[in-house]
Amino acid sequence: MELDLETHLAEAAASIEEAVDLDALSEVDTALLGKKSAVTTAKRGLGDLEPDQRREAGGRLNEARATIEGLVASRRTELDAADRVVRLEAERMDLTEADRGRRLGHRHVVTQTWDRLEDLFVGMGYTVAEGPEIEDEWHNFGALNFPLGHPARDMYDTLYVDYGEPQSTLLRTHTSPVQIRVMEAGEPPFYSIMPGRVFRSDTADATHMPVFHQLEALVVDRDITFGDLAGTLEAFTTAYFGEGFATRLRPSYFPFTEPSAEFDVQRPDGSWLELGGCGMVHPEVLRAGGLDPEEWSGFAFGFGLDRLALMRHGIDDLRELFRNDHRFLSQF
Amino acid sequence: MKVLLSWLQEFAPVDGDPADISDQLSALGLAVESMSVVGEGLDGIVVARVLELAPHPDADRIQLVQVDAGDGEALQICCGAFNMSVGDLVPLATLGTVMPDGMEIVRRKMRGEWSNGMLCSPTEIAMGDDHDGILLLDDSLDVGRPLADAMGLRSDVLFDLEVNPNRPDAMSVAGVARDLAACQGVPFALLSPDVAESGGDATDRLSVEILDPVLCGRFVARVLDGITIGPSPTWMANRLTSLGMRPINSVVDVSNYVMLELGQPSHTFDLDQVAGSAFRVRRAAPGEKLVTLDGVERTLTEADGVVADADDTAIGIAGVMGGASTEIHDGTSSVALEMAWWDPMSIATSARRLGLRSEASTRFEKGADPEVIDLAMRRFAELLGETGASLAPGTVDERGHTPARESIRVRTDRVNQILGTDLSRDRIAELLGSIEFAPEQVGDDLDVVIPSFRPDSATEIDVIEEVARIHGYGSIERTTPRSTITGSLTQRQLDRRTVRTTMIGMGLDEVMPVPFLAPGDLARAGLQVDGITVTNPLVAEESVMRASLRPGMLATLAYNASHRMTGLGIFEVGHVYRQPDQPQPLPDEREHLAVALAGSDAADAVGVWSALADALAARDYTLVADDPAGLHPTRTARIEMAGVVVGDVGEVDPGVLAAFDVPERVAWLEVDLETLLGLPHGDRPYASVSRYPSSDIDLAFEVDDDVPAAEVEQRLRGAAGELLVDLALFDVFRGEPVGEGRRSLAFTLRFQADDRTLTDSEVSRAREACIGAVEGNLPASLRA
Repeated sequence: MELDLETHLAEAAASIEEAVDLDALSEVDTALLGKKSAVTTAKRGLGDLEPDQRREAGGRLNEARATIEGLVASRRTELDAADRVVRLEAERMDLTEADRGRRLGHRHVVTQTWDRLEDLFVGMGYTVAEGPEIEDEWHNFGALNFPLGHPARDMYDTLYVDYGEPQSTLLRTHTSPVQIRVMEAGEPPFYSIMPGRVFRSDTADATHMPVFHQLEALVVDRDITFGDLAGTLEAFTTAYFGEGFATRLRPSYFPFTEPSAEFDVQRPDGSWLELGGCGMVHPEVLRAGGLDPEEWSGFAFGFGLDRLALMRHGIDDLRELFRNDHRFLSQF
Repeated sequence: MKVLLSWLQEFAPVDGDPADISDQLSALGLAVESMSVVGEGLDGIVVARVLELAPHPDADRIQLVQVDAGDGEALQICCGAFNMSVGDLVPLATLGTVMPDGMEIVRRKMRGEWSNGMLCSPTEIAMGDDHDGILLLDDSLDVGRPLADAMGLRSDVLFDLEVNPNRPDAMSVAGVARDLAACQGVPFALLSPDVAESGGDATDRLSVEILDPVLCGRFVARVLDGITIGPSPTWMANRLTSLGMRPINSVVDVSNYVMLELGQPSHTFDLDQVAGSAFRVRRAAPGEKLVTLDGVERTLTEADGVVADADDTAIGIAGVMGGASTEIHDGTSSVALEMAWWDPMSIATSARRLGLRSEASTRFEKGADPEVIDLAMRRFAELLGETGASLAPGTVDERGHTPARESIRVRTDRVNQILGTDLSRDRIAELLGSIEFAPEQVGDDLDVVIPSFRPDSATEIDVIEEVARIHGYGSIERTTPRSTITGSLTQRQLDRRTVRTTMIGMGLDEVMPVPFLAPGDLARAGLQVDGITVTNPLVAEESVMRASLRPGMLATLAYNASHRMTGLGIFEVGHVYRQPDQPQPLPDEREHLAVALAGSDAADAVGVWSALADALAARDYTLVADDPAGLHPTRTARIEMAGVVVGDVGEVDPGVLAAFDVPERVAWLEVDLETLLGLPHGDRPYASVSRYPSSDIDLAFEVDDDVPAAEVEQRLRGAAGELLVDLALFDVFRGEPVGEGRRSLAFTLRFQADDRTLTDSEVSRAREACIGAVEGNLPASLRA
C-alpha cells in the first residue's frame, strides 16, 4: 500500500503534539519511527520498485522520517523542560531554615595578636625564640646586669618558686632572659623576637595581671646603632598600626640596655601612648651572652602584647582576657 | 619628684611655654606625669576663721561650720571635712567663685541647711595632694584677705616628674634645673648662700668618729645657735606644700626645703642632749634598742647603722630616722646639724627592714651626692637664719669610703658607632660639659671625669648615654638594618599553629586561664602530683603552679555554666610545670594541649584527637583503655605513639566534675605536645596512586564487648596483607539478634594492587585470611 506521506506527516505531527509527557512521547516515537511504524514498513516495501522510483520514493521517505524525528526531538525538549521544573520544584528548600549558625572556634585575642606580630617580624627577617616561664635568677636578673640589691629590682616585683636554692628560681618577670638564651644557643647575627608569658607580683585590676604577655626583640649584628633601633621601631609601628602613627624615644633606664629609652606611639589624634622599653644591648649583657661588645652591638625592645590586643578591639579591662567568659571569647 | 618652674629659674634662666618645657623634660628622660598651673584661679578665695563647729542635724558626713570671712559676721558653711578646730584659719571660696576645675560656688541647701560658700582642701586650690581635709592656714594671715595675696602666691607651673632609679641627681630641683638648662642652652649655677658665722667654733663643741667607713662615706656636723622653733615664712611653706610636703615648723621645713632643692637630707640634734657632744657612727649591735622620733621603740640588727653618743648609746638610725632623746624642742637653743653620705645598700636594707622608707632614705638609697654637703650646710644656715638662727664657725668633716670617681676614656668613634651619629670630639665634649661631666681631650678621644652627683655613670657606655640624651634622642637619624638572616618559624612553632588551627576548625574556643592554682586544686582534679609552689604568692589561691591544664579548664567550664553557658567546647595550649624525675636546673616545664567538651562524651574527644593526629600527620597511634586518676575509669584511653604515652582521651571522672561544680558530662583530651611533637610526624614519602580498579569487601563480626575494636582492626590489617589500601569501622550495633555482652562491628576493606587488576580469587583469599585471623584469635564470629 502506497503511504500518503502528506497525510501521515500531518497525523504524526498531531500525535506528537498530543503526547502529554515523556512516557507518552516515547510511545508515539515508537509508533511513528519503530520497527512496526508506517515509515519503516513503507521503506521495507521499496525493494519492489524500479531503481529510479526506489531512489525517489526512498528520498521522500527519509525526508519524512527526518521531519518526524525533528518533531519528536523538539517535543522532547519541551517536555524535558517542563518535567525539570516539576522535579526541582519538588526539591525546594528554605535555606534560612538550614542556617543553624554552624561555627568555627575562636582563637584567643592574645593568640591572634601574637600570631600577627610573629608574621610581621618574620616578614622583616626575624626568627621567633622561646624560653622557660620558670627561670633561674641568673637569666632573669644576673645576666641582664641587675646586680644583687640593685635599686632597679624594685621595679620588678618577682614571684619566686620553691625549687633549688631559696630565691634561685622564679617566674620570669620579663621575656628578656630569652635574649641570654638566644645568645647562649647560637652565633650572631641574631634577629629574633621572643613573645611569651611573664609574671609579676601584681594584684589583678583593669591594667594589671599577675600573668601577662610580652614581646621582646633582639638584634645583634656588626655595627648596629641606636639609629637602627629608632628606625626599626618606626618600621614596626608603621607595619602594625599603619601609616600616620609617629614614634618617639625618651631616655629611660633599664639595667640591660644603654642607652635606654621608652618608646611612644602617636595616634592620629596627636595623643601619645607609651608602648614599651628599648635600648642598645648593654655591653655587660653581651658579655654575659658570650659576645665581645667591641665586635658586636645590638638593640632590644619589648612591649606588652596584651595591651595591643586590648587596643585593637577597644577592650578596657585586662582581666577580661583571662576570665574566659564564652560571651567574650566568641566575639573575636 | 615635683618641681616648680619658679624654683628651677633660681638656678638657670630657663623659660618657654609650659607645654614646651614639659616636652623638653620628657626628652631629657624626666617624664612629665602631670603639669599644672598653680596660684591662678584663686580669685574669690579668702582667709576665713572658724568660729563654731556643729553637727548637721540630718547628715553624719557633713558638719555646719560658722566662719568669719573678715566682716566679723558668722557665715554658715556645710563642710564634709572634720580636720579643723575652732580658731583655725581656712580658705573659703566665697559665693560666685569659679574654682580652678570650673565649678562655680553658689548658695545652696545641703540636707536642709544653707551653705554660703565652700571651705577648700589643698587639692581643690592646686596646693598639694591632700584632698581628705581642709587646708589649715598659717595663723598669722589676715582674716578676710584674698588667699593668693595673703599667702604671697604667684602664678607658677608645677611639673610632676617620673625620675628613673638611675637618676638620684634629678631628685632635686637643682638637678632638674641643670638638665633643663643644658637642653635650653642657658647657663646653670648653684646657689651661693650668704651666711655670717658667729659663736663658738663647732670643732671645739662636738666630735665625730666614723667606726664603719663602708656604712658612712662622709659625716659633716656644724652647729647652729639661737634656734627658735616657729612657723616657716609663708613663701617657704607654700613651696613645700606645692611639692607635696606639709609645713611643720621652721627647722623641719628648712631641712625638707634643702633636701628638695639640693637633694641632701639632714638631721638636727639638740646639742645639749647629746651625751659628750660626740657622734660615733657604727653598725647597730643585734638587739640594740632605740626610741625613734615617732615614739616607737625599735629593735635593731647589724643591718642597721646608728649614730651613737659618747656613751655609745644610739641616738639615731643612720639615714632612716632620728632618735627621740635628742629631738629638738621649744627649749632647744643650739643644734648639731648633720649631713652625711650613707652607703645606698645599707640604707635600702635598713629602711625596708624597719618599714621606714622616707623621702630622705630614698635619696640615700639611690645614691646621694657626697660633695653637695658643704653647700647644703650653708644653704640650711642661710634659710634658718631668717628665723634668727646663726651658724657657728668651724666644720667637723669625717670621711669613710665613697665611690671612687676616676676619669673614663670615651672614644669618639665608639660614641658614633653606638649611636649612629657623626658627632665630633669637640661636640661631644660640649654636650658633656653642659651637664658638668668634665671632658679632657686625649687625641681623638676624651677622658671624662664624672660629677659626684651622678653615681650611676661609671663606664664609657654610661657616658655615651649622656651624650645621646643631651644631643637628643630625636636628633639621631633613623635607619633600618636589613636583616642578614632569613625570617622563619621553626617546625615546632608551625606545628603549634596547626594544633590551634585544627581546634578552631573543630569549633572549639581557645581559653587562657591563669596558670596559678590554689593548694588542693590538683588533688580536686584527681591528680596525684605536687605542683611547684610559689614562695611569695599574693594570695593563697595563686600559690601553686599548675601541673596539668585540667583544673583551669574545669574552672572555666564551671564559671561559664554558672552564667548559663553550657555545652561549650574549649581548648588551651599552655605550659605545665612539674618536679622533674631527675635533678635538673629548672623544673620540668612542658607545653600541653587540653580540650574539654561539655555535654559531650568520650567519642567526641576521640574525634578531636583523630582530627589532630590527621592534621599533624601523626597517624601511627594506638588508644589503650586506661583509668588514670581523675578521668572516667571506664571511658578513658591513653594515647600511645611509638610506644610512648602522649596523652589521655576520654571523659572527666564524674566525681571530679562534681568537685568543680561542672554540671555536665565533659569529654576530655590532654596531650603533651612536647612529647608528641618530638616524635616522628609530618611529611611522609609519597605513595603513588594505583590506576587499577579496587575491590571492596564488608565484614561484620560479633565480638565480645571487652575486646577493643582496635584489636579486631589490628588482626584484620595483619591478615589482609599488602593489598589492603583502606580499612574503616563503619557500623557498631548492639541488641537483637546480637547476643548479650557482644556487639557487631562492621568493617569495610578496600584492596588494590599497583600493577594489575585483582582477581576474584585474590580478593577471596584475602577475605578468608581476614575472617580466619579474627575468628581464630578473638572471641568473635563472622555474621552471616
